[in-house]
Amino acid sequence: MQNAHDIAFLLARFQFAFTVGVHIIFPAFSIGLAAYLAVLEGVWLVTGRQVFLDLYRYWIKAFSVVFGMGVVSGLVMAYEFGTNWSVFSKKAGPITGVLLSYEVMTAFFLEAGFLGVMLFGMNKVGRGLHFAATCCVSVGTLISMTWILASNSWMQTPRGYRIDPANGQFLPDDWLAIIFNPSFPFRLVHMGLAAFLSVAFAVGATGAWHLLKARRQGRMSTEPVRVMFSMAMWMATIVAPLQILAGDAHGLNTLKYQPAKLAAMEGDWNSEGRAPELLFGIPNMKTEHTDYAVGIPLLGSLILTHSLDGKVPGMKDFPRDERPPSPIIFFSFRIMVGLGVLMMLVGLWSLWHRRNSTLFLNPLFHRVALCMAPAGFLALLCGWVTTEVGRQPWTVYGLLRTADSVSPIVLSSMVVSMTVFVVVYVIVFGSGLGILVRLLGRAPEEGERNADPLHASDILATHMHPAVVDASAAKGA
Amino acid sequence: MMDFAHWLPIVWAVILIAAISIYVVLDGFDLGIGMLFVAERDETRRNVMIGTIAPVWDGNETWMVLGGAVLYGVFPGAYATLLPAFYLPIMLMLIALIFRGVAFEFRVMTRDTPRARQWDFGFMTGSAVAAFCQGAILGGVIQGVKVTDGAFSGGSLDWLTPFTVLCGLSVMCGYALLGATWLVWRTTGGLEAACRRWAGRLAVGLFACIVAVSFWTPLLHAPYLRRWTEWPNIAIVAPVPVLVVVFGLLLAASLRKGHSRVPFLCALGWFFLCLSGLGITVWPYAVPPTLSLWDVSSPPSSQFFQLVGTAILLPIILTYTIYSYRVFRGKVSEADGYH
Repeated sequence: MQNAHDIAFLLARFQFAFTVGVHIIFPAFSIGLAAYLAVLEGVWLVTGRQVFLDLYRYWIKAFSVVFGMGVVSGLVMAYEFGTNWSVFSKKAGPITGVLLSYEVMTAFFLEAGFLGVMLFGMNKVGRGLHFAATCCVSVGTLISMTWILASNSWMQTPRGYRIDPANGQFLPDDWLAIIFNPSFPFRLVHMGLAAFLSVAFAVGATGAWHLLKARRQGRMSTEPVRVMFSMAMWMATIVAPLQILAGDAHGLNTLKYQPAKLAAMEGDWNSEGRAPELLFGIPNMKTEHTDYAVGIPLLGSLILTHSLDGKVPGMKDFPRDERPPSPIIFFSFRIMVGLGVLMMLVGLWSLWHRRNSTLFLNPLFHRVALCMAPAGFLALLCGWVTTEVGRQPWTVYGLLRTADSVSPIVLSSMVVSMTVFVVVYVIVFGSGLGILVRLLGRAPEEGERNADPLHASDILATHMHPAVVDASAAKGA
Repeated sequence: MMDFAHWLPIVWAVILIAAISIYVVLDGFDLGIGMLFVAERDETRRNVMIGTIAPVWDGNETWMVLGGAVLYGVFPGAYATLLPAFYLPIMLMLIALIFRGVAFEFRVMTRDTPRARQWDFGFMTGSAVAAFCQGAILGGVIQGVKVTDGAFSGGSLDWLTPFTVLCGLSVMCGYALLGATWLVWRTTGGLEAACRRWAGRLAVGLFACIVAVSFWTPLLHAPYLRRWTEWPNIAIVAPVPVLVVVFGLLLAASLRKGHSRVPFLCALGWFFLCLSGLGITVWPYAVPPTLSLWDVSSPPSSQFFQLVGTAILLPIILTYTIYSYRVFRGKVSEADGYH
């Protein structure tokens, strides 16, 4: 029976990780895309140039699909805290539940209230009001991110609470200390930039695809394509280096408040000065050793302490049952950093092409930009794996263990729901991805049409090559 | 301080019941329209039906997120007991709502492919299953949950009884009625006429459900029965059944006479009365029949902090929600749509 409980516990964790991992993609996409749409509409209102309106209408269709998927996958999260982590929600609810309620009231309603106007109201309200609606949706996504990261950061670096001796409940003492806990500002900036960067590379890849397509068909690329590609590459150039700086600052914050997580990320076992930075290795939790380690001498101390002989923590500083699983986050962290550096290089490369006026002409660069489509999202997911797995074995860092947070769930229920979730998510979000690829595979054009619930079908059918329609129809069947 | 701790949960219970009621009627007609896809096969008409809710459904569903979040923040003891108790119907409902929610965009984006019909089916089935689960969960709360030491201690299928099945079917019927009367208000021509016919039949069905649930509920627990039969309670609660009959007669008459808005308002009246009846029955239990509101509530400091925000934000939310409904007011027909 104890064994069944352990499996149920593992499944509860895996289910939560799976559903939140799928979910996080969509809000990140929405945060970046809503801001992009607000910029496009704003520039259109100021300059009156048709190309910005065309791009707005082109991207708003993708936005409506992405936002819809974010809403439905997010609803699951609001209830999964209680279904899977009832002990956690009972103890931490007075703090995290309140923050979530503020998120709903300040952000979700704002987004939902103005989304209808944004999607369908272009000809129902004036231009100014419509722009205001777009801005409300964009601001809503940012407010939403702020609250959820306050809540998440509080779980990482809890402050401003007391513990009720009677039932172990976290009692709020100081709400400002709870919200502005030590890791919150760093996580907020890091996540915000990640959302912008992810969308920049998704938009850039779409532009690159259409540049390549035009070249293959031997025609000039259109203005909307060039404008979106150029805007995306500017974002990459500016935001990627900022993100690396923000990540560095966040790392230092982790070193200060969650040294065990940092030691596990680095695969370091012994606390030492003049530490190397491992490029590769396989941390072994049993033998307390990182096998096959390849490192650069002194770099570890330099990165983490900004001095050559700075002392970095090792996992042996902490009891065995307080160490996060290093083999996972050692790699997730390195993939994230690697992708971040790649993104920065693409941004710099674009600058070089811009100077030589070859930004829209170099097919190799466009192919690279196309391959980088998922780079931002992958990096973002790896970052979340690093910070969340790195928080283990705790839900509220140092105070409440994950094993003590779980609901009294039954293995059979857990198996059924886990299976159903995986099947449903693959079908639904797989289809969503297919629809998105189809939408973006069609080039934006002059006089781009509005998203419209009664006639929106035309945006796909009438402007698509018949062969493509046939192919996707056949695939659909 | 003692008073504060006594009154805050009561204030919050009223807010929570209001949020749930708003959710039930708003998403009720969305889900009802989904179920009415069973009766309406014509694609153009289906587009009109969806067109009446496409700009607002997301806001409607947000009330459910608010309900969950308030339960989590203000009544964490109830959140932590009820959600594991209703693990399976809640998961089923969430999955149903996923299919319902994505279908709004997906069915449009895949039109002219065989996939579109599948998303229509997902929209219809998702709506029906979500409605049934919501009814069954509501019924399950009324029926009561086995609790030991403040945590759920029953089996994973405890919620599934003839009573909760009846509640599930009642909510399906009620949502379909809300959907039909909403469409009577918001559409024209042949679709409106069809909705009038459906609304008439659904009203008869729902009335039968209300009667059945009303007579069954007091038999579940002795305090429920006392609440409705002992003096002086009886004087206070007597208007509820009387008003149910009054709204029923008004609904029948307005459907026949061709009113466009009155049938929907009558259906809303029915929902208001049913939810009030449930509130009266269960009060002051958060998890019947053991945990009261005060047993499950979070510390006053949490409740107060959240109340300040709610007092400021809720009126603002209501204002712009009403604004967004006004932007899309008026009849939607097959010819015009949103241009």
